[in-house]
Order: sequence, then structure tokens, then C-alpha cells
Amino acid sequence: MLTLLLILLPIAAGVITLLAGERLAKQLALVGGLASLGVAVFTWLQFDPAAGSQFGFKYAWVASGGISFAAGIDGISMLLVLLTTFLTPLIILSAFKNEYKNPSAFYSLILFMEAALIGVFTASDAFVFYLFFEAALIPVYFLAATWGGENRIKVTFKFFIYTMFGSLFMFVALVYLYYQTPGTHTSEITAFYQLQLSPSAQGFVFWAFFIAFAIKMPLFPFHTWQPDTYTESPTAATMLLSGIMLKMGVYGLIRLLLPIVPLGMEQWGFLAMILSVIGIIYGSIIAIQQSDMKTLIAYSSFAHVGLMAAGVFSSSLNGLQGALIQMLAHGINVIGLFFIVDIIYSRTKTRYLDQLGGITQSTPHLSVYFMILLLGSVALPLTNGFVGEFLLLSSVFQYKGWLGAVAGLTIILGSVYMLRLFQKSMFGPKSKWVEGFQDLTASERAVLLPLVIMVFWIGIYPSTFLKITEPAVNQLLQLVNN
Amino acid sequence: MYPIILLSVFGVVTLFLGFSKSKNILLPSTLLFLAIALGSNFIEWGKGPFLYFYDMLRVDNLTLAFNGIVLISAFMIAAISGGFQDNADSEPAEYYGLMLFSLVGAIMMIGFDHLIMLFIGVEILSVAMYVLTGSNKRNLRSNEAALKYFLMGAFATGFMLFGMTLLYGATGSFQLVAIQGFASNMSVASQSYIFYAGLLLLLIGMLFKVSAAPFHFWTPDVYEGAPTIFTTFMSTIVKTAGFAALFRLLNHTFAIYNFWWIVIAVIAVLTLLVGNIGATSQNSFKRMLAYSGISHAGYLLIALTALTKPTQNAIIFYSLAYSLSTIAAFGVLMLVSKEKAIEGQPNERYEAFNGLAKQNPLLAFVLAVSMLSLAGIPLTAGFWGKFFIFTSAAERGIIWIAVIAVLMSTVGIYYYFRVIISSYFKEGDTVRIRVAPFYQIILVLATFLTILFGLAPGIFEKLI
Repeated sequence: MLTLLLILLPIAAGVITLLAGERLAKQLALVGGLASLGVAVFTWLQFDPAAGSQFGFKYAWVASGGISFAAGIDGISMLLVLLTTFLTPLIILSAFKNEYKNPSAFYSLILFMEAALIGVFTASDAFVFYLFFEAALIPVYFLAATWGGENRIKVTFKFFIYTMFGSLFMFVALVYLYYQTPGTHTSEITAFYQLQLSPSAQGFVFWAFFIAFAIKMPLFPFHTWQPDTYTESPTAATMLLSGIMLKMGVYGLIRLLLPIVPLGMEQWGFLAMILSVIGIIYGSIIAIQQSDMKTLIAYSSFAHVGLMAAGVFSSSLNGLQGALIQMLAHGINVIGLFFIVDIIYSRTKTRYLDQLGGITQSTPHLSVYFMILLLGSVALPLTNGFVGEFLLLSSVFQYKGWLGAVAGLTIILGSVYMLRLFQKSMFGPKSKWVEGFQDLTASERAVLLPLVIMVFWIGIYPSTFLKITEPAVNQLLQLVNN
Repeated sequence: MYPIILLSVFGVVTLFLGFSKSKNILLPSTLLFLAIALGSNFIEWGKGPFLYFYDMLRVDNLTLAFNGIVLISAFMIAAISGGFQDNADSEPAEYYGLMLFSLVGAIMMIGFDHLIMLFIGVEILSVAMYVLTGSNKRNLRSNEAALKYFLMGAFATGFMLFGMTLLYGATGSFQLVAIQGFASNMSVASQSYIFYAGLLLLLIGMLFKVSAAPFHFWTPDVYEGAPTIFTTFMSTIVKTAGFAALFRLLNHTFAIYNFWWIVIAVIAVLTLLVGNIGATSQNSFKRMLAYSGISHAGYLLIALTALTKPTQNAIIFYSLAYSLSTIAAFGVLMLVSKEKAIEGQPNERYEAFNGLAKQNPLLAFVLAVSMLSLAGIPLTAGFWGKFFIFTSAAERGIIWIAVIAVLMSTVGIYYYFRVIISSYFKEGDTVRIRVAPFYQIILVLATFLTILFGLAPGIFEKLI
């Protein structure tokens, strides 16, 4: 029942925010987000990692078809639910400093988005998963297309059609799998795990899933929607997209692709791995050349997600655990970085590196927060990025030594573009754009402080989070290896 | 059977009401008549099957369900017609009378058990529609549309009659049961080319009525030229009745499935391609909806191609979802196009919707939901309609057709979203659009049902 509460609470909060009117919208949304976080933490305290799927519910939906509205939380879900509920209030809080027109719609869409994301991460019925997977697109589309930048309409339209196109393939695959289940058919995800499909059928299903999730994440060469969308969206939507929504794709790989089509993985996994590794290098190289800070971080996110995917495709314990912990770390870092870009932009009205410089001179606080998040992102030991990246690279290395070596370049390239970002914006002579730059306000610090605490928590003591997921991942791998 | 009698009587009564001085009585009386017909329809629910008129008409739950959709659609369309008060040339009594009569035809098509009954039904429906299409007497487009529709329709009817004749020649009967018996007798049926030819010709006639490609050429012009209210009527009621009749026909000739499935499959794919690709290049929202109507005929044809056990419910659900969204979309179009009229002519282009979300948030929301439902986005009824259709195709094992349909749905998103983008993200003038309360209720009802069936398709399942 806790799962149902987790899904419904943000919806209820969203509706209240929408109806309450403009003056209270911010505060109500924040309360709603914090309440969800509270419930998630309460769930976490009761959660037993070894016990499989918990706190579930199941209602008949299309009774004659064996389709039920069912969800539950296992280790993998728990981690992502925590990530979603932790980040959403921060995203809401981070939007406080900007005046959006029609704020009640703005904040309620964020909350609806949260509900859909939690739905995706907890669904235990394939069609429920699909439903939320699609439903998550609508709030973020409206967020980006209503409050975004100049080219928003064109860019978000491409984004919408692109991702919809991908997920429809997944839909066909799900319908196909559903008809392979014995008896009167069922769409429970666990029932799909039991299917004994022929290798060729698995190949098709593999590609259907792969396209859907690769577009969502995005992986090379399906990434063309991403940098534009990230750049044109309002920062809150960019944060939702990069911090949480991207994880839907990785989660889909782990939850559906790996266990349902292990033979498909055997046939095509190598190709998928190569694409992921290409993405890492390609994304990093483009990031180095960017001048727009938001685009730079968008490409860095593209590079990071490639590594996560590579870890998943290695289908090893290290790879999966690394991908999971990296999802958490990446969510935290990327949201922090986008927020800092937004802070800089709101004061200087520019995001271009060649126009910035010398911000450190007047902003000790901002510099420190920025530096910590940045080091987390480049995977310095004792920060959150290190744990994930280490596990991921080791898994890729075990898969194929030379691939691991190529993927390992991400550490070097990552430091190049990130340090360049920092150096060009923060150091050097003070540019005319940054005259009178104010240091962080209290509400900005309230967003950054929790993020920085998490950077160190995960970096120093990752097993808090690793142990949530470990039994579930082991179970999953057992399924895959049989 | 009750609705047929009642509607015939009511139609005549409506014509006589037209003699009265006050035209205001016509709309409420028509709504009352339709409500009575709708209520009477369900008297026989769960009791059937009954055969009427010398076994020419069959009444079972399937028929009643389709009748229900047709009558509910008719009620909603009549409700948003606003009594045809705005045009001095209009003849409300005749329009309402013809609408009621045409429903008789639709119900006969839905419940036919005898080919003559099918023919009579198709003709009653079509002739009424020819007249209504041309009802905007002083508008050239409307006249052109009526003439086009009439000529093409008459031609298609010729095919249909010829097909029936051949079927009669082969089987010696017009009864569906007899035809079914003939078809299942493999040794005889497989030799009878007349039978196959007859079936094909009959199918062509029917496919014309539901605007399947390559018999669709009349659709965009006729839908665009006809007054919007009758376009709505055509695209919902004629289509639903046509598919009910096709379903019946194909269901009874299931024994020769191997013969016709590929025909229907090819036509389905063609219809999907024509409808979706045609819709992308339109500048007029109304014309886009005409092409979208063609594309939805394609999805329904996929269900017929599969023709498995869930197909029946899939078609009913899809027709209902499609009708609700289409009525809502045309309803909004009527208001907006009149508000944004250029030189007295309604403006049906996409640009007319610019800034609708500010001018009237409710209309924008109704339009957005109906577009999402037509595009098949989850949490709307349209999603489950597509879902049931794809699952029935998957059950028959024809996944490739589902893949094509999926690709085409992506194309669909493109053109359905254009109007959402116009109404939400583009700037328009700031004139607030006012909507009559009753009109508003109908639009909200359509939207509410679309979302309700989208959230809980199980409700519908319990009803059937």
C-alpha cells in the first residue's frame, strides 16, 4: 500500500497546487514534494533488501486480459524512488528564484511528473510500466514547451515525437510478449521472465526494447534530440529530464531487457556495448568544445549515461551495481550543475564561457559548491562519482579489456571538459558580464547543501545504497544466467 | 428494434413540428426523441438474440452496443448543433428529421441478418447524408461536396448491389446464415468463383462507406465541404455503422478467412499510409480530421484483419473512443472557426487555434484531450482502443501489421500535436471565446468519458 501512496501523493499534491492559485503554488508544491520524500524515507526504513518485492498492490484492470494495475518495490525500485523523491523537492526549491508565469501549472506539472516517474520505477505489470513511461512524457513536454527558451516549440516537438516513436516499439514488444505467456495471458513482468523465447524472437524483442530505452537515455546514435531539449527547456525541466527521466531508460534496460531476452543480449549485446562506448567518447569530445554551459553539461550527461549503459550490457554484478549507484550519483551531480548554471545565468544573463570569467573573486560559497559537484562529476575518489565509475569501468574491463581501456578515457576527458568549464567561468580576469555578482542566497544554499552532503555520503560510505540493491541485482543476474 | 420504430415515427413528427411557428421547440424535442430511442434500445439488453422482420434483422448484445454508440453520438451531435439558428437559410426541421431517419438506416446496417436489409440500411443512411452534406445551399463547397459524395456513393452502391446479386446467385439466399453455411462447406465454396467475386464487390461497397483506401478519395473533399456538424455525423455514425456491418459480414464468412484476410490486410495498410501521410500535409484542421478519419478506418481494419475473439470488443471500444474524441474535436472546431471567421467564412486553419489556451482554457483542454486520445497516448480511451486492436493482431500472429500501425501512430502524433501546439504555445489575439453552457456540458462529458475509459477500461468491459 505504501507504493500506492507514493504514486498518489504527488498527484494529489499536484491537483491541490493547481487549484490553490498562484500565490501559494510554490509553497504547496514544496510541501507536497517533501511529504513524498518523507513517505519514501519511511518506506526505506521498513524496507528489507532481501525480501524481494514489497509494499505492493494489485487491482484488476482489464480483468479478462489478465492485466492488473500492480506495483511493488524491490531493491532497484527503492533506490530510484529515493532518488526521485529526494530530487523533486530540490528541483521545486531551485525554481523558487525564477518568476514563472502561471506558477500553479508549472509546479503541479513537476509533481505529476514525479508521480509518473515513481510509477515507472515501481510498476510490476508491463503495461503499467508502459503507461507511466509514456505518461511521464506529457508533463515534461508541457513544462519545456511552455516555459522554455526561444526555439522551444520546435525542439520539444522533436523530443516528443522521437521518444514516443521509441516507446511504441517497446509497446509492440510488450504486446508480443504478453501473447507468449501461457494460459489466458498475463502481463506481469515476472511472468515475462519465465518465457522461453526462440533466439530469433529474442533478437527482435531486444531491438524493440533497445531502441525505446536508447532513445530515452539517450545512447549514441539516438541522442540528437537531447542537447537541444536540455538547452531550450527551463532549468527545472532540464533537471527532471537529466536527473530522473534519463534513469527510466537505464532502469528499463535492467528491469526488462536483461532478464527477458538474455539470448538477445548474447547475440547483440556486444554491438550495444560498442554503441555505448562510442557515446562516452563522442559525448566527451563534443562537450570539450562547447561554449554554452548548459549544452556542455547536456553532453557530459550523454557521456555518463553511455557508461551506465555499458555497465548494464556487461550483465555483471559490478556493472549493474555500478550503474545503479551511478544513476544516483549522476542525478545528484547533474542537478547541482544545472542549478549552478542557472544561478550564473540568472545573474549574468549569459551562459557562454567566453563571456564569463572571474566569478570566484566575489563568490566563495558558490565556488566551493560548484567545485565539489564538479569533482563528483569527474569521479574524484571520496566523491559519489568515483564509486559508480570505478565499478562500471571494472565491469567493462572484465567484459573486454580493450573496451574497458577505451571507456576509461572518460575519466581523462571528463576532467578536461569539467575543469575547462570551471576554469573559464570561475577563474581568470573578471568579465564585464559578472560585475556585481552576488553570492548564494539562503534558498539557493538550501538546494545545494543537501546535494553536497549526498556527494560525500555516497563517496565515503556507498554501502548504505549498494546494500539496498545488491540482493535484487543478484536475483536478477541469476535469472539472466539461467 | 424499438429504436427503429420509434425513430421512424419521431422523424415524421419532427417534420410536422417544422410547420409550427417556433423553431425553438425542435432542438429539445429532437434531444428528447433521441434520449427515448437510446433508452428503448436497452430494453432488449441481455435477452436476445431476437430476429425481426421475417428474420431480416438480428438483435443481440453486439447490435445493441453498436446502436448505443450510434445513438449516444447522435445525441451529442444534436446537442451541439445549437438548433441551426445562426443561418437564415437553414431548415432545422428537415435536418433533424433527416438525422433521425438516417439513424434508422444506421441501426439497420448494424443489425442486418439479410443482405436486403443491409442494402436498405446503407441507402437510408447514405441518401440522408447526401442531402445533409449539401444543406449549406448557398455555399459552393457544400454543393460540390454533396454532388461528389452522391456520385461516388451511387457508384459504390452499384458495386454493392452487384456483389449481393452474385452472392445470391452462388448461395441461393440473402440470409447471412445461409451464406455462412455455404462458405463453411469447403468443397462447394472453394469452387464457386461467383461467391468470391460477390463477396469482394460487396466488401468494396462497404469499404467505400467507411472511407478505406483506395476508396477514400471522396472523404477529404466531402468532409471539408459539408457543414461541420454533418461532418461530425458522417465521421462518427456512418463509420461506426459501417464497421459494425463489415464486422458482421466478415464474421459470417470466417470460413474463408484465408481468402479475404490478405485483401483486408492490404487495404488496412494502405488506408493507414494514405490517412496518416495525407494528414501531415494539411493546413486546414478540418481536412486533417478527414484524413485522420481515414487513418482510424485503417486501425479498425486491422482489428477486422485479425478477427479473433477479442476483436468484437476492440471494435466497439475503438468506435466509442473515436466517436467521443471526434465529436469533441469537431465541437471545438465549430466554435473556434466561427469565432475566427474570415469574411463570413469559418476559418478552419490551424492558425485559428493560436492562443486558444488563453482565450478559453476549457476548450483548449477539451481539444488537447481529444487529440491525445486520437493519437493514442496513454491515460486516454484512444490508447486502450489501439491497445485492444494491437493485441488482437498479435493474437492472430500478424505482428508486422501492428508494427506498421505503430509507425503510423508516430506520424499521427505529429499532426495531432500541431493543434495542441497552436492552442497552448502560440500567441493569438486575446478575445475570450464564450461557450453556451449546454454546449460546454457536452464537451466536458465527452472529455470526461475519454479520460474515464482511459483510466479504467475495465468499466467498459463490465458493461459489455
